[in-house]
Amino acid sequence: MIRALLLMIAVVGTAGTVGPAPSDFTLNRSCPPGFEKTVAGVCELRTLYQFYDSLQDRGLGGTRTALPRHRDGFTPQQIDLGRYLFFDPVLSGDGTLSCASCHDPERGLSDGHARSIGIHGVDAGRAAPTLWNVAFLQRFFWDARAGSLEAQATGPLYSPKEMGNTRAQLLTSLNDNATYRRLFQQAFPKDSGAVTEQQVAAALAAFQTSLVSLNSRYDRYVHGYDAALSEREIEGLNVFRSFVARCSECHTPPLFTNEQIAVIGMPEPAGHPFDVGAETILGSPKLKGGFKVPTLRNIARTAPYSHSGAFTGLRDVVEFYNKGRGNAVPKDMQLYLHWHISDPKLTDAEIDRVVDFLGALTDETFLPPTPARVPSGLTPTKRGE
Amino acid sequence: MTKGLILGLLAAVLAFGAGTYFGRSSKQDLMISSSTAGASYSGGFKAEGGSAGAAGVIRSVAGPAPTNIVVVKDGESIQAAIKTAPRGTIVRVMPGTYHETVYIDKDDIRIIGVIEQGRRAVLDGRKKLNDAILYSGNNFVAENLEIRHYKGNGIMGQAGNNFEIRNNVIADSGVYGIFPQLGKNGIVEHNVVSGIADAAIYIGMSDNILVTHNEVFDSVAGIEIENSRHCIVEHNYVHDNSGGLLAFVTPGLPIKTTTDVIFRNNFVIGNNHANFGAPGSTVSGIPAGTGILVMAADDVVIEGNVISDNKVSGVIITDHAHASNITADPESDPNSDRVKILDNVMLRNGYDTIKEAKALMLAEGKVGKSLDIVRVGPSPDSCIINRHQYVTAGVGDFAECGFTNTATTVNYLLPPVPPRVIEPGERGKVVYLGICSGCHVYNGRMIGPPVQVIQALYMENAQGLADYIAQPQKKRDDYPEMPPQDYLDPQTRLAVANYMLQVTN
Repeated sequence: MIRALLLMIAVVGTAGTVGPAPSDFTLNRSCPPGFEKTVAGVCELRTLYQFYDSLQDRGLGGTRTALPRHRDGFTPQQIDLGRYLFFDPVLSGDGTLSCASCHDPERGLSDGHARSIGIHGVDAGRAAPTLWNVAFLQRFFWDARAGSLEAQATGPLYSPKEMGNTRAQLLTSLNDNATYRRLFQQAFPKDSGAVTEQQVAAALAAFQTSLVSLNSRYDRYVHGYDAALSEREIEGLNVFRSFVARCSECHTPPLFTNEQIAVIGMPEPAGHPFDVGAETILGSPKLKGGFKVPTLRNIARTAPYSHSGAFTGLRDVVEFYNKGRGNAVPKDMQLYLHWHISDPKLTDAEIDRVVDFLGALTDETFLPPTPARVPSGLTPTKRGE
Repeated sequence: MTKGLILGLLAAVLAFGAGTYFGRSSKQDLMISSSTAGASYSGGFKAEGGSAGAAGVIRSVAGPAPTNIVVVKDGESIQAAIKTAPRGTIVRVMPGTYHETVYIDKDDIRIIGVIEQGRRAVLDGRKKLNDAILYSGNNFVAENLEIRHYKGNGIMGQAGNNFEIRNNVIADSGVYGIFPQLGKNGIVEHNVVSGIADAAIYIGMSDNILVTHNEVFDSVAGIEIENSRHCIVEHNYVHDNSGGLLAFVTPGLPIKTTTDVIFRNNFVIGNNHANFGAPGSTVSGIPAGTGILVMAADDVVIEGNVISDNKVSGVIITDHAHASNITADPESDPNSDRVKILDNVMLRNGYDTIKEAKALMLAEGKVGKSLDIVRVGPSPDSCIINRHQYVTAGVGDFAECGFTNTATTVNYLLPPVPPRVIEPGERGKVVYLGICSGCHVYNGRMIGPPVQVIQALYMENAQGLADYIAQPQKKRDDYPEMPPQDYLDPQTRLAVANYMLQVTN
């Protein structure tokens, strides 16, 4: 009932009688935190990690290792337009879901659900990954099926299990909105004419590249401040990178992912069918059950865990790895488990220390503000409110 | 355990054998080359910016030795000394037994054991501790230590460059004895490593490495070069492992290539140890009795080695398709391209080889009780000299190499890379943007007050601002208290204060 009422107000709002006047919305002319506005007027990321190197420029290694190559160079206006789009439920088929419904700033840019809940309340099949530090990724989705943020964007937008929109409806609703037409013109001054899908994807990408988390206590330790981590966290770091636990072999600093496809053999939640993951995308039976290694930055904020939310807490995940190679592989199924999946026999104390350390990877200082209103006039509602 | 890596071999044998047997003459004229004359290999790494030879042979990569020295005595903690040591310290460890995991996350630290009449500084993990030494700092040196009974690795590096690991004795210490990973420019020499469940010395995802004068034995793999480039492995004594020298591309790693590896002048003897690799590990698929194994690595030169008494084969060259126990990776080239086999001494290899190799020999019309070199899977543009010396299978289509030696390639080491000079202004800007801008904007209200207001307060007093951010006090009721920024060193705090006071937008 409440939702219906909100929707009605929202619809009236777009008609122009209630809600913001078109001139209310302006796009930010400053870059988000962490970015320098260059003389060309674009935002470039600045971080202490730029003073370090990495082997083959891959952005993988140990403590003082450079980051992988990343996306930046968008204008402040493109980033801010992307922010409005990100929070605007007009992007979904029925006006109930925005990107932020599953990538909620209050839930680590994930959604707190085992698997995302899409349009009409359907189970979207996999967990919403965090968007922190996506600027540094080359592959998107758990099965790595998209090669850019722009290519990724249309996936959830048009999936009937996620936002349930169509390209035609998306472009109609944006082009019918005078505010959006004006804001797109500001963000993409060289383009003329109607709002395009490419512009929508570019603005969403621009916004997402601003979601940078590199100021955790771990980072302070890296940059030379030994006291940033407690004794317990340093013990945990040493277990994490030890060759008994081998966590850092795939969750490799500085981003705590090596972005490879790994077959881990994690369980599915009860009643949930086995997910073949990247096998179908890459056409490789050896990668059955393979998923992209997720970042561990802000991991303490994004429970539950795994591609389908099989684990409630961080300790549960570490315990799974400690139960030995293949402990949850379905009977009669052959998986080519990753060679680092072993039988580490960590003590209970060591497991606790790893969890302690993972908590030191939390940093949300650059969390963008949620807009109070969005150009569609719909309420920038998140699920459950 | 042999069936893992070579399971797919039989099918290949039949297809390949048929082509060889029926498609071409099995007799070739002898082509005899002298490796002391003839052209030298010129395909390897060239240091950018001129001749490596001009400055003389590089024997050290870690830079000048620090002058600050601390001494750790038996009963004291090595880690405690490292914790308080400034970068640029030699930690001298006296003979004794130390039960600890030592980690080094700063640059220019050297851990040098003192050996007194054979008594060493011993790091003993008592089968309880994970790794003996973990380093991520640059210019790291570990010397003269004895390491035993750890569960993980003896010495593991994560992205440290310019490292030197020498004169260490490592026994029964877990998965890898010495394992520099994701590092550039390093030396591993004069170490004695044994009883390791994977590779005694494992160079992983690294560049410009010299592995020389080590003794490795009683391990699953002796020396493994994996997903690494520009590595020379020479003058090592590699015996009684399951496999001696390995050059691999392991699929699924983020760095995808192994290129330009020289295996030369090593003794690769009797590597017939039962394979005790962990289930699921790549090396668990190595047939026990393998001298040198090349899998999917490119430009591997095999020269001047004494390779004897390895019961499966002196040299195996294969690809990912024939290694059924490893994963797939569409981004990895699965083949061993451009293998180059020069003069080696090969004796009594392959006397008890696997049946798949026997079948391959049979298909080529060869009957015998030895096998020096076997190749399965594509190995394009490979070459060999003096092929008539060796008992071979599958190398019939190798070309004659255009060179006979690698004499002009001394090593692939680089002068120590000096630390990057960072101007204070640059550092101040980056800290301002990377940290301060999370709470302060020029002329608006965020978590903290506007930069304009701060500028008005501190305009002539950068040091005052630098001092304030180290120990902020609550000044304004309408803003939360600022967290201390004392993790930044004083120079950085001053640099960022200076920067903050002059920003204009």
